[in-house]
Amino acid sequence: MTAQEVQKKATRAAYGEALVELAEKYPELVVLEADLSGATMTKGFAKEYPDRFFDCGIAEANMTVIAAGMSTCGLKPFTNTFAVFAAGRSYEQVRNSIAYPGLNVVVVGSHGGISVGEDGATHQMLEDLTLMRVLPGMTVVNPCDANEMKLAVEALIKHKGPAYLRLGRSAVPDITGSIPGYSFELGKGVQLRDGNDITIAATGMTVQMAVEASDILKESGVSARVIDIHTIKPLDEEIILKAAGETKAVLTVEEHSVIGGLGGAVAELLSEKHPVPVFRHGIEDTFGRSGSAADVLEYYGITARAIAEKARGILEGLKQG
Amino acid sequence: MTEKELKINAAKARILLVDAVHRARSGHPGGSLSCVDALTVLYFDTMNIDPAKPDDPDRDRFVLSKGHCAPALYSVLALRGYFPEDDMKLLRSIKGHMSGHPDMVHVKGVDMSTGSLGQGISAAVGMALAASVTGRSYRTYSLLGDGELDEGQVWEAMMAGAKWKLSNLCALVDVNGLQIDGNTADVMPTEPLDAKFEAFGWHVLKADGHDMGSIKDALAAAAEYKDGPSVILLRTVKGKGVSFMENNAGWHGKAPDDEQYEQAMSELKAHLAGLEAEG
Repeated sequence: MTAQEVQKKATRAAYGEALVELAEKYPELVVLEADLSGATMTKGFAKEYPDRFFDCGIAEANMTVIAAGMSTCGLKPFTNTFAVFAAGRSYEQVRNSIAYPGLNVVVVGSHGGISVGEDGATHQMLEDLTLMRVLPGMTVVNPCDANEMKLAVEALIKHKGPAYLRLGRSAVPDITGSIPGYSFELGKGVQLRDGNDITIAATGMTVQMAVEASDILKESGVSARVIDIHTIKPLDEEIILKAAGETKAVLTVEEHSVIGGLGGAVAELLSEKHPVPVFRHGIEDTFGRSGSAADVLEYYGITARAIAEKARGILEGLKQG
Repeated sequence: MTEKELKINAAKARILLVDAVHRARSGHPGGSLSCVDALTVLYFDTMNIDPAKPDDPDRDRFVLSKGHCAPALYSVLALRGYFPEDDMKLLRSIKGHMSGHPDMVHVKGVDMSTGSLGQGISAAVGMALAASVTGRSYRTYSLLGDGELDEGQVWEAMMAGAKWKLSNLCALVDVNGLQIDGNTADVMPTEPLDAKFEAFGWHVLKADGHDMGSIKDALAAAAEYKDGPSVILLRTVKGKGVSFMENNAGWHGKAPDDEQYEQAMSELKAHLAGLEAEG
């Protein structure tokens, strides 16, 4: 399949569609919003199911705990706002009123990562996966494309317990639906390319970049395994330990801080259970900046080419000892 | 339940909670003593609940937004029959399950885990709002502290309660006039509370927070009001019932020592005996 044939869609758009598509099947599903329904894509649900849609205004902390209260009455609330507010402004509400009592709420952070682009650092959430992952009992999900997002939404409706779901703003290639053998299960990574030189474990929109990087590397004779980690927590230890045993190094990739997210999770796992060289590719310890999504991703090195370069450099370094 | 019976239950709850805080060597007796009369009326008279069915989807809900007053809530729940009174002896202890702030996972009868101020009232809004989806007819109550009103989230919740005209929701504010650092009027002035709540679209009621009849009347008036949420401003005395704790912010979060405990117990037990001796 050529690049032109692959459809592009933002995961937030797929998310909005999924809410509408699943509403009849799951009458317990309710959607809470904080005045961003056009951006978080809950407006479709609002139009079709106005009695199950609750716009809480620009008051994310209140929305988060209203959802907690609703969940104790048998409903399945999804709260919606930008990731920086969902995981940042409302962090302590998520911690004390959702995660601590183990309530059945999905906290949705739209516009996660550096690819938010033009709005700049205040709106480019680079720490959400870290902040949510550290909470006991939280399931943390970051789908890479539209197909995976729709499967994740249904899985999270059925899941019992607190969860965080990250959405992306930018349109991304929809690839997983056409990959033979692809199946979605919370907490299970998916191997998208086999390889035995290096493992690239990626999450969110960087999964497609990792696949492309694998293709680039193949041209120069490097065999890179690609694993799609859509669920950061619980982490699929089995698939990562297996990859660590069968390749020379593990490279994690995310449009997120290199501290504490996927890179942190993989490094923690491998340092204790199977020490191998681990390298984290993402946003170094810094805030973002304004620019188009493509320009910003290029600026911070979140591209297929930069990932391939990094992988090649890692293997060179290992060869030289 | 008669006012005399309510008074007796509240007197027993005071004894239980002061004893528990003393055993734990920590806790929040002042605010617990100021709100325990209202909790007694709610759990023994007003709310549609059955301790044998703590998860009944049709039960009335209560959220202690001022979660640090868990000793008051736990005492009333124990007296109401949700769990043995002896469980109170392990308040805040590693040996028990009675954590320092209300814990819905481990303590039967607790409808929402709270402790971080300003959040409980939002959860109560959520419970009341859920009824519009599930079609159930329960009522939701939430008790806040007046110091807690400093939290901006309380006012976010107030706007939301008014937006959805939640007449099935009733907030109660324990207006004892004190918070940790001193008088609420000095730490962060929030008066006039009645005008503020009215401006936020709530039906405002007032009651003497230590007069069972006054509390009952206000709760009944709140249930009658169908145009939106109600809030009852309870005039209370922090530390009510223990002479040396009354109106003293120093007893917000401190346990009595052994000598103080003996004095408190003798006052509380004498009060209970007096109530029981009444004809």
